[in-house]
Amino acid sequence: MRLELVKRPQQSTLFSALSPFIAFGLTIVAGAILFAALGKDPIETLYYYFIDPLTETWSLHELAIKAAPLILIAVGLSVCFLSSNWNIGAEGQFIMGAIAGSILPVLFPDFQFWFVLPLMLIMGMAGGAAYAFIPAILKVRFNTNEILSSLMLVYVAQLFLDWLVRGPWRNPQGFNFPETRNFHEYAILPEIWSASGRAHWGFVFALVAAFVLWFMLSKTLKGFEVKVIGQSPRAGRFAGFSAGRMVVFAFLVSGAMAGLAGISEVAGAIGQLRPTISPGYGFTAIIVAFLGRLNPLGIVAAGLILALTYLGGEAAQISVGLSDKVVRAFQGSILFFVLACDTLIHYRVRLVRPAQKAEAAHA
Amino acid sequence: MDQSDPSHTDALLAVRGLTKIFGSLKACDNVDLTIGRGEIHALLGENGAGKSTLVKMLFGSLEPASGTIFWKGEPVRIASPAQARALGIGMVFQHFSLFEALTAAENIALSIDDDTPIMKIAERARNLSKAYGLPLDPFSHVGDLSVGERQRIEIIRCLLQEPELIILDEPTSVLTPQEADKLFETLERLKGEGKSILYISHRLEEVKRICDRATVLRHGKVVGHCDPKQETAASLARMMVGLEVQNVTRDVPAISTDRKPLLEIEMLSRKPATPFSVALRDISVTVHAGEVLGIAGVAGNGQGEFFEAVSGEALQDRADTVRVAGHTVGRLGISQRRLKGAAFVPEERLGHGAAPAMRLSENLFLSRYRTDARDYIGAAGTIRTSRIAAAARRIVEAMDVRKSAEDPEASALSGGNLQKFIIGRELDRDPKVMVVNQPTWGVDAGAAARIRQALIDLARSGSAVLVISQDLDELFEMSDAIAVMHDGQLSAPIPIGEATYEKVGLLMGGADAAHPPRPFEEEAV
Repeated sequence: MRLELVKRPQQSTLFSALSPFIAFGLTIVAGAILFAALGKDPIETLYYYFIDPLTETWSLHELAIKAAPLILIAVGLSVCFLSSNWNIGAEGQFIMGAIAGSILPVLFPDFQFWFVLPLMLIMGMAGGAAYAFIPAILKVRFNTNEILSSLMLVYVAQLFLDWLVRGPWRNPQGFNFPETRNFHEYAILPEIWSASGRAHWGFVFALVAAFVLWFMLSKTLKGFEVKVIGQSPRAGRFAGFSAGRMVVFAFLVSGAMAGLAGISEVAGAIGQLRPTISPGYGFTAIIVAFLGRLNPLGIVAAGLILALTYLGGEAAQISVGLSDKVVRAFQGSILFFVLACDTLIHYRVRLVRPAQKAEAAHA
Repeated sequence: MDQSDPSHTDALLAVRGLTKIFGSLKACDNVDLTIGRGEIHALLGENGAGKSTLVKMLFGSLEPASGTIFWKGEPVRIASPAQARALGIGMVFQHFSLFEALTAAENIALSIDDDTPIMKIAERARNLSKAYGLPLDPFSHVGDLSVGERQRIEIIRCLLQEPELIILDEPTSVLTPQEADKLFETLERLKGEGKSILYISHRLEEVKRICDRATVLRHGKVVGHCDPKQETAASLARMMVGLEVQNVTRDVPAISTDRKPLLEIEMLSRKPATPFSVALRDISVTVHAGEVLGIAGVAGNGQGEFFEAVSGEALQDRADTVRVAGHTVGRLGISQRRLKGAAFVPEERLGHGAAPAMRLSENLFLSRYRTDARDYIGAAGTIRTSRIAAAARRIVEAMDVRKSAEDPEASALSGGNLQKFIIGRELDRDPKVMVVNQPTWGVDAGAAARIRQALIDLARSGSAVLVISQDLDELFEMSDAIAVMHDGQLSAPIPIGEATYEKVGLLMGGADAAHPPRPFEEEAV
């Protein structure tokens, strides 16, 4: 006996719309079972996960802080994924963006003017884009698999950052802690509404980026090009679009978005470079992109949900003593259920019995 | 005879009330079919009539919704191709499933379940190929073989299983007339041994020639059983299509000396892009205003590569290799060539000419966003969807495209309707040069006639039309001259008045005095 996926002739519009919610519901059920198996009270854990972070203003600010990089990275990734470029290395582009953007405040701490911050943001985007250009050009020139090359470059970026903050960029007044000097006031991304919490302008960048990319993807020739090449490369060539240039374009856009997220995180939430500046935003953003169905507006909603699992994960670690590995497994199960639900919209499962058995039964 | 109780006849295979439903479509509706021993039985029908569905149920790759299959009088359930083979049913598919990098014998070995040594298989294959007049070297690599030779591998592979019923799906669609003749001899020999053959085709002449009985399908239903030798091609076509197919009218063009050359191709060569694609060698051809030039050839002789080179999907080394309306375009991409007045329709509708998951209006935009940029693109690169939708409606009207929704996805249309839309999309621009690869491949007769007429009308209005096709009837119907492509080379065009099937067929087989084979090829043989 084996399982077979049979393509459905028609897809239900109702279930296409419901699918993210069903997936989310299934994740919660699976999570409850997982927590119960670990000896935690599932209701209490889920409460800390999804309700508790929403009950106070300061934690809503924290939500925006976590959601900003997820949304920024994921909207960039949506351009990549829609054009069938599998950029798995946003985490590395995030780190490189943060490093490139930090050059001014770290190496030239006395260079203090109002335009330092805009320059940092631009350099951050350029750094992320430049790092994303590596797997792109390898794919165009040598037909390298971009999944592998972009993923491996993540580790390079992580180790490069580690080396920088322990070595050449270490804070001279920092008692040998592995971190850079604190950014000066002109290098700090301001808070949106500092009276109520510490959410910074990165969240606004995320919303603007989501809107701009949504407009680009759904209303313009460039967006059409992205979708045609992604869906059917040969038809794209027939249309006169260059697949190679699209690879570079998609990687540059997503690299720039990841880089912007990186420098916003460093200049906004952290205020310096440390060995670890991301709790895996670049990877979680892949989940966000698919949970938002590769639509930048959907990604805003998905980013908020995933940000909630970060906050809730921390809350659950503190309140009920859940391990952070379980938190990550729970997060990953969201992507699993999203992909499973999407697959079942397009396909149905059929049980196939081996031919011999069927024959015997017939005889 | 067909109404008799199938369990008491001596028929080899009988089918009663076979039905298959896909969603809301009855692909096969209560089909009855009886095949006697030692008979060549034709299964006739247009594309989409349900022939393939019926055959797949007989071969165990699809399960019927209802109905019974009787094999030698016994009701059987055929759940898989392996079971069909065990019963004694063999099939030769229209699209071959061969590995190009392996030898013929290795390909055959792959389909045999036990682990017979390869030398033994090669030996048996060689014997069979001798016995049935199917010359084949078991140790040749499939990648080096012609389509006709590949089909022989499939047939031998099928015969090795010693089937009593052989199903052939459109076997001659890839053969030259001469190769087809050879195949018919083989079929006669098999018939003489008492084997039965189910012969699927929509080519009426060959059905009349070799088949003993015919079953005609239309819209999934059997519309008649007949003896094709007693019918005329016209009466068979009427049964298949359900109405008289309108003949294409083509008046002889006024021959004038000052016809402008609109598409000029000069010494076009192209290296193979992949190990299994064909190299183009020194192709020169000119299409004038008001002219339809047909390019005949067996599939896989470089037509696809030639189309890509002319369309600009692949660029040439020298700019003057291709000229459109006097402009040298050899180094320009497809959009630039379109701007010079050229239009292109590729062979593959879904995935090349159109993006399957995109709507018709989006697919209109696909090939015209550049030529109609002023109309379709607004400020900041925004797409003017309402204007494009209006143009799509105009094309749907002009070409009589039948569709189920206002602006459906391309993949939701039937092959013929999508092809009408794709051709209409280009005609709507009044192109000066139109290059079409396989204009009516897999298209029903009504739509095919309409497409051919539209292309002829375009030429008569002063454009140059280049038609690449494997369908000789189509080329003879449309063309003012026919050139033949073989192994990446193109013969000189033969004016239609002098062209015969015989002449064109010989060129398709490679007998081209103008291009003697190169020395190294002779060594290789």
